[in-house]
Amino acid sequence: MNFDFSDDQKMLKDQARKFLEDKCSYDDVRTVLESDASHHDDVWQGLCDLGFTGAAIPEEYGGLGLGALELCVVAEELGRCAAPVPFSSSIYMAAEALKLGGSEALKQAWLPKLASGEIIGTLAAAEGPAAPSPRNTKTTFANGKLNGRKLPVPDGETASVAIVLANTGGAGEQAVSLVVVDLTQSSVTRSSVETIDPTRGHAEINFEDADATLLGVAGEGWALMKRVEAGAAVLVAFEQVGGTEAALHMAKDYSLDRYAFGRQIGSYQAIKHKLADMYVKLELARSNAYYGAMVLAQEGADLELAAASARISATEAYRFAAQECIQVHGGIGFTWEANPQFHYRRSKLLALSLGSASRWKNRLVAELEKSNVA
Amino acid sequence: MDFNDTPEEAKFRSEAREWLTANARQRDTSNAKASVSNKSEAERLVRAKQWQALKAEAGYAAITWPTEYGGRGGTSIQSVIYSQEEANFDVPRGFFEIGLGMCIPTMMKWATPEQNERYVKPALFGEEVWCQLFSEPAAGSDVAGLRTKCERDGDDWIINGQKVWTSGAHFCDYGIIVTRSDPTVPKHKGLTFFFLDMKTPGIEIRPIKQISGGAGFNEVFFNDVRVPDSQRLGDVGEGWKVSLTTLMNERLAIGGGSGVDHEELLKLARETELEEGPAIKDSNVREKLADWYVQSQGLKYTKFRTLTALSKGQVPGAESSIGKIVSGPKMQDLGSFAMDIQGQGGILQDGDESPMGAAFQNQWLGAAGYRIAGGTDEILRNIVSEQVLGLPQDIRVDKKVPFNELASNSKK
Repeated sequence: MNFDFSDDQKMLKDQARKFLEDKCSYDDVRTVLESDASHHDDVWQGLCDLGFTGAAIPEEYGGLGLGALELCVVAEELGRCAAPVPFSSSIYMAAEALKLGGSEALKQAWLPKLASGEIIGTLAAAEGPAAPSPRNTKTTFANGKLNGRKLPVPDGETASVAIVLANTGGAGEQAVSLVVVDLTQSSVTRSSVETIDPTRGHAEINFEDADATLLGVAGEGWALMKRVEAGAAVLVAFEQVGGTEAALHMAKDYSLDRYAFGRQIGSYQAIKHKLADMYVKLELARSNAYYGAMVLAQEGADLELAAASARISATEAYRFAAQECIQVHGGIGFTWEANPQFHYRRSKLLALSLGSASRWKNRLVAELEKSNVA
Repeated sequence: MDFNDTPEEAKFRSEAREWLTANARQRDTSNAKASVSNKSEAERLVRAKQWQALKAEAGYAAITWPTEYGGRGGTSIQSVIYSQEEANFDVPRGFFEIGLGMCIPTMMKWATPEQNERYVKPALFGEEVWCQLFSEPAAGSDVAGLRTKCERDGDDWIINGQKVWTSGAHFCDYGIIVTRSDPTVPKHKGLTFFFLDMKTPGIEIRPIKQISGGAGFNEVFFNDVRVPDSQRLGDVGEGWKVSLTTLMNERLAIGGGSGVDHEELLKLARETELEEGPAIKDSNVREKLADWYVQSQGLKYTKFRTLTALSKGQVPGAESSIGKIVSGPKMQDLGSFAMDIQGQGGILQDGDESPMGAAFQNQWLGAAGYRIAGGTDEILRNIVSEQVLGLPQDIRVDKKVPFNELASNSKK
């Protein structure tokens, strides 16, 4: 039984952790919260310089040619400090979509720049406050031209390239395709939008006859997007695990410092049991994330099921830890000046960025129904 | 990252599997009813003793014990591998776990070499069965608050009092017991530990009926029971230290879970019609099914992380402590929800009428006890918060007070 990361991968994790402990404190996250910046330039640049952005991109496209497991250990550290960087948009979404569905030309055009961090990429699916689907996608792609409106698009203001879900005619799930768009062209206009997590910039993007290129096969965009989402769900699960652990320790440390009725509040069972429950959810989520990592790395046939498990488990763990972290802090936890808000906000962003837990539970059961179990 | 055995582990696994295939019957996993025995407990005990002797002869009974005691001198991972393989076979279970898991390890650490020479091998080979006499009506979670007393009388001790929840006392030959030798000192300091013959005059055993219908455990009354001082384990007043050896061996049960889980719930949901259509298409059912699937997988992969540490010869991490906290309530809630799916008919507890031989109903009833036995949900959370997270212990008002001055269940 070897259900663990390798020593090399653990060293990479330590390297990421040390860099972020040093360069991405909560004060650094706060500068993004309190400004119009979409992300933290120095932290992002540092991650690029360390080669993390290129970790899972093949060497022939300028990456390090490592794999999913290396990205997972970095992801956990990004989540731990609620890093205000476009890593997930660029690497888990855009780069992976290109790797999975891109022609050689598209890969050559975009992957090297994403690997180095020279540009930022993203994926644009939602068109307002509803879960995107083949049925409700109004953005259209025809004759090489993209028309429509997408929001919220993560890192939409600073990205140079976007993978966009668009209606290309066809029935049912075949109605949509993914296309690649250069966001720097004049037919693309974008503006920032306000979200519950201002530490990660989001935008509204309008396309007016913008030039775009088909990614993968026309009419198979939904299947490709679900595959990209599954891989991203595993990586985001590691971010959620890191964030859960950070919230747990923040709450624990506070409970040891704070006194009430003559003793540390961490000595009361209500607090002790709450923190124990956080720990239980954390370890379940970690174990499910590990399995997701293994299946992703091995390109296993049960990725959809493993990813769903990882996502559902991690979403619940981070939700509980982040909100109860505020609770343990009492009044001070609710202030702007304090740090629990970073995990409260980030836990909800990550809970929704790839689709809600409810949707994933449906996806999970659909996979169970396909199997001949029981 | 993979689930593979090392070459040595794979070799051990295939040997174990080969031996099991030759000596036991494969389990019929397609039929939940098949594994429920209709034999009496007495008959099952006879079969269990036969199986235990066979296992011990082949060196699979206590893999990590030293060879001089009949063990294999093997590793923890080998012990786990054997358990995994044995789980696929229909073999008698439930008679020797406490004796071999807790009582005999205590003997091996605290008894004399001559005593171990006399008692360990017969226990291992199933000739003698052991029970553990710790809990009392006034002392469960607070086991050190026990009241059964021992008084010195020449070369013997006289024991008076009562133990409760003693699993298997009615068929056991020997037992380990912790008693109070000095009530004038704080509770942890006045305890003394013995092992004794369950046929000693003055021991009266009465079964306790559980809400699940069975009577697997007992009240055990001690009326002037005489035990030789030679059967004392540890010094007078050292009983708590000896008890800790017993309690520490309760950990690390990495066997497979029993009972019905998400697979059975999925099957039930497929086969049951609600008003609007098949239960499996109901969004409420799907959501709950997904939640329990994810929890089960989380527990399973947490065990795999523990196995990975054992395979590398490392001490497992603290994550192994979460198992019972999760599985107890899950068994209860899943059983309850499965009954909900059965509607008004969910109240039936009929082996022929109820789905899967009323397994869900039985599990729902049994789970109420499981959340309490072997560490309550609440005590386990205290343990996680204190020993894993490093939070302060609860305030103990009784730690330094002489035992006979404490408020308790018998004296308010």
